[in-house]
Amino acid sequence: MSVAKPLPHDAAKLHVTGAARYVDDMPVPADCLHLAFGLSTVAAGRITSIDFDPVRDYPGVVGVWRAKDLPGPCDCSPSNHDEPLLAGNTIRYLGQPVFLVAATSHHAARHAVRAVKMEVQKRDAILTVDEAMAAESRFEEGPRIWKRGDAGEAIDAAPHRIEGRIEMGGQEHFYLEGQAALAFPQEGGDMVVHSSTQHPSEIQHKVADALGVPMHAVRVETRRMGGGFGGKESQGNALAIACAVVAQATGRPVKMRYDRDDDMTITGKRHDFRIDYCAGFDDEGRLLGVEFEQFTRCGWAQDLSLPVADRAMLHADNAYYIPAMRVESHRLKTNTQSATAFRGFGGPQGMLGIERVLDHVAHTLGRDPLEVRRLNYYAPTKGGAAPRPPAADSPRDILAKKKELEAHPDEDLTSRGAQDVTPDSSPAPTVPEGVQTTHYGQPVEDFILHEMTERLAESCNYAERRRAVAAWNAENPVLKRGLALTPVKFGISFTLTHLNQAGALVHVYQDGSISMNHGGTEMGQGLFQKVAQVAATSFGVPLESVKITATDTGKVPNTSATAASSGSDLNGMAVKAACDEIRERMAEHLAKLHQDNPRDVRFEEGMVKVGGERIPFAEAAQLCYMGRVSLSATGFYKVPKLNWDRLKGQGRPFFYFAYGAACSEVVVDTLTGEHRTLATHILHDCGSSLNPAIDRGQVEGGFVQGAGWLTSEELVWDETGRLRTHAPSTYKIPACSDRPDVFEVELWDGRNIEETIYRSKAVGEPPFMLGISVLMALSDAVAACGTGYPSLDAPATPERVLAAVRKLRDGV
Amino acid sequence: MSPSISLTINGEARAVALDDPRVTLLDLLRERLDLPGTKKGCDRGQCGACTVLVDGRRVNSCLTLAATLDGAEITTIEGLALGEELHPVQAAFIENDAFQCGYCTPGQIMSAVGLISEGSAGDDPERIREGMSGNICRCAAYHGITIAVQEATRNMIRTDKEDAA
Ligand code: FES
Ligand code: FES
Repeated sequence: MSVAKPLPHDAAKLHVTGAARYVDDMPVPADCLHLAFGLSTVAAGRITSIDFDPVRDYPGVVGVWRAKDLPGPCDCSPSNHDEPLLAGNTIRYLGQPVFLVAATSHHAARHAVRAVKMEVQKRDAILTVDEAMAAESRFEEGPRIWKRGDAGEAIDAAPHRIEGRIEMGGQEHFYLEGQAALAFPQEGGDMVVHSSTQHPSEIQHKVADALGVPMHAVRVETRRMGGGFGGKESQGNALAIACAVVAQATGRPVKMRYDRDDDMTITGKRHDFRIDYCAGFDDEGRLLGVEFEQFTRCGWAQDLSLPVADRAMLHADNAYYIPAMRVESHRLKTNTQSATAFRGFGGPQGMLGIERVLDHVAHTLGRDPLEVRRLNYYAPTKGGAAPRPPAADSPRDILAKKKELEAHPDEDLTSRGAQDVTPDSSPAPTVPEGVQTTHYGQPVEDFILHEMTERLAESCNYAERRRAVAAWNAENPVLKRGLALTPVKFGISFTLTHLNQAGALVHVYQDGSISMNHGGTEMGQGLFQKVAQVAATSFGVPLESVKITATDTGKVPNTSATAASSGSDLNGMAVKAACDEIRERMAEHLAKLHQDNPRDVRFEEGMVKVGGERIPFAEAAQLCYMGRVSLSATGFYKVPKLNWDRLKGQGRPFFYFAYGAACSEVVVDTLTGEHRTLATHILHDCGSSLNPAIDRGQVEGGFVQGAGWLTSEELVWDETGRLRTHAPSTYKIPACSDRPDVFEVELWDGRNIEETIYRSKAVGEPPFMLGISVLMALSDAVAACGTGYPSLDAPATPERVLAAVRKLRDGV
Repeated sequence: MSPSISLTINGEARAVALDDPRVTLLDLLRERLDLPGTKKGCDRGQCGACTVLVDGRRVNSCLTLAATLDGAEITTIEGLALGEELHPVQAAFIENDAFQCGYCTPGQIMSAVGLISEGSAGDDPERIREGMSGNICRCAAYHGITIAVQEATRNMIRTDKEDAA
């Protein structure tokens, strides 16, 4: 049995010998062209004149394109058709691509763009939340509002009340491999594109659209990415389209990769948020009503901002039952990079809002924040709820969908940004006895955080350390310690219901080797490995018998992005379906040959047991081939039970929840604001883990990245809208030495109550939010400097921590 | 006429004409010598993805001008294994899951080989973390990396001792 084993990454040997190839490592023919974008140097304005002669004259330059020279708008947007590849005369952010240069080398192209003479008439840019609110500069017609009960009334009637604001910064993905694409023109106008992308189907769609050809004329291949984290869900579109357009125009292969500076200047990042809150609670800290107002800067184009902001609203409860709640969300349009997907997809921002509220409530009452958190947890539930029939599309529904398709004819339906506004009219989720629902009406059926918190608090010695921290702080005026244990409850599924589907293609060859393909992409999360384990388990063969080939739109069509942590859930199931199909065919044939019952045929340990005999799998494959049995199958999977109306904010957007908890202890130097994490203990729920080694890596990596977001990674735009932190020298990513001194990670051993692949749970995003424990620990340490509440914003850089300390000490 | 240099790369003597005197060692390796195992993460000395050994010392190849390397001995990730036999650091990286996406891995491994031969960190995890802090891993596989370097250090000391005995 191959599942649930700690096996190394599928390409481990290739990685350690430098033989693993990424897009930029692929050999290209000598006539390959290289591209670079010329970027705008103001955040808002109009181009009044532009002189390309010096660019054209630059040695090695083969061609220069402006928007008007392109075959069409060459839209790069995953949602709203508002992202032309090149700006026309109107500039919408500083760093926007204005023209495109093709040259015989990467360096020539890069240097040539700088020779341009461009004059721009500047306009006032909208950069901040306040400016955008004042100008009513937003996506959608107004704020989105979801509510349960009357939060205002509940707060007014509550014995205690707090109000506050938290600001949290965005985050640069800094995938170590920058964006890259490579296009090879084919006969008959076809195009093959290699792209470092999480979403090959979207690249295919957008390239076909730009070239004016059907999707079948474009094939996109992705072997691996050097990190994605959401930054390669839509941000690779521009490079792939540019390469394809130039390849079509010149008949030559074309490559483009962004240098790091360009990458950081051009591409979108995590959404920064401002969250205003107001909460009413009782004497013990039980929340009675909470109101949130979330403001996010989406940048110049819509991209995936609507579903990101939705997910922030969906996680505004985190692990807590809040009887009356109101969440208002403003999606603001600003003259900055178009913020995009990033691990957690708005969930972390929404979750941080409520974690701040609980911290603030506990401080107000002088209670231990962990007690207050537990008091507010969703009610414990035991076991699973009774299964319900899956929701079916009603005819009315189908008609509505048809109308909608007519309204957006060239929409990329596989994008999370697709405008599916039709409410699903399938029956609302039924709520089993004793089960509480979230503020959007989803029952919380397997709430295991009570037990997890108990176990973690015990194993990390929370109570004793809480006393030790207090004793330390009483004695030490300069170095202050802080401790916090915070939970995570994260919803798993794409909130655009139709994306929760996947396909796979499996072949068994006559020598018993197996080749397999699915729609998911590999970016280091170990997806290929996990899915290969599923296939190996199905056929009872060793993992070496299974080859996973590069993701290829020619093999599995219409795939969703590898995102929303859904990779193994969706593709694992699709691969299993294909394997099951082949295995059944094989069993039937072999049973016939051996006068056995197909149901008694076993595939184990590289052998097939049939009619009292054991034959090697390879021989079984040969027998089936000779018996003219098809050894190839496609598999398909769609997630059951989903039902979601995003306009009303009601239904069941998630198949299930993944849980986790982390306890962090920090020390702060109150004279400098510098701080360090002394210890972090994590307990994380991966269901029945498919691969504990890979899951552990995801948990550790997610935590470190989450803690980085909240402590050291700071994006700074100056008053002209220029991103000042566009290199690792100014943008501080956690290094090896920033890891907590003590770092213990344990996986919670439990089964998913839903029927997922071998009852595992998704693990890509949920651990990111374990990083919140560090920010809360810092808040705890700062609180030891005075009596007020620190209201610490993120990232809690030394400057911010110092300011918070000063405010508490001197009231300034 | 373009200047030319001779160097030893992964044990092989090469004479290379430099069409551009400003070419970095990294670009030379990746674009001219067909050795794309060394990665480009930032091209300005801030991420460590491009780490190689020059005369046994670790350097950021993106900051090193090829023209300054006449007569030097370069080891890249492609030259570390002896045929099919992995270098102890490579083996330890596999053993300890010291990577996810793998993009930083060649640089991490070369940096670890350099660190071990500098001999200042020993198998002390704190010093290893400090010594490896110039190599960013965005996937944050730092836990595995630290243990891998620790383990490889111990293995290499042990083998050295056995060889000496
Ligand atoms: S590429 Fe050389 S240090 Fe980043
Ligand atoms: S493994 Fe991805 S950057 Fe290190």
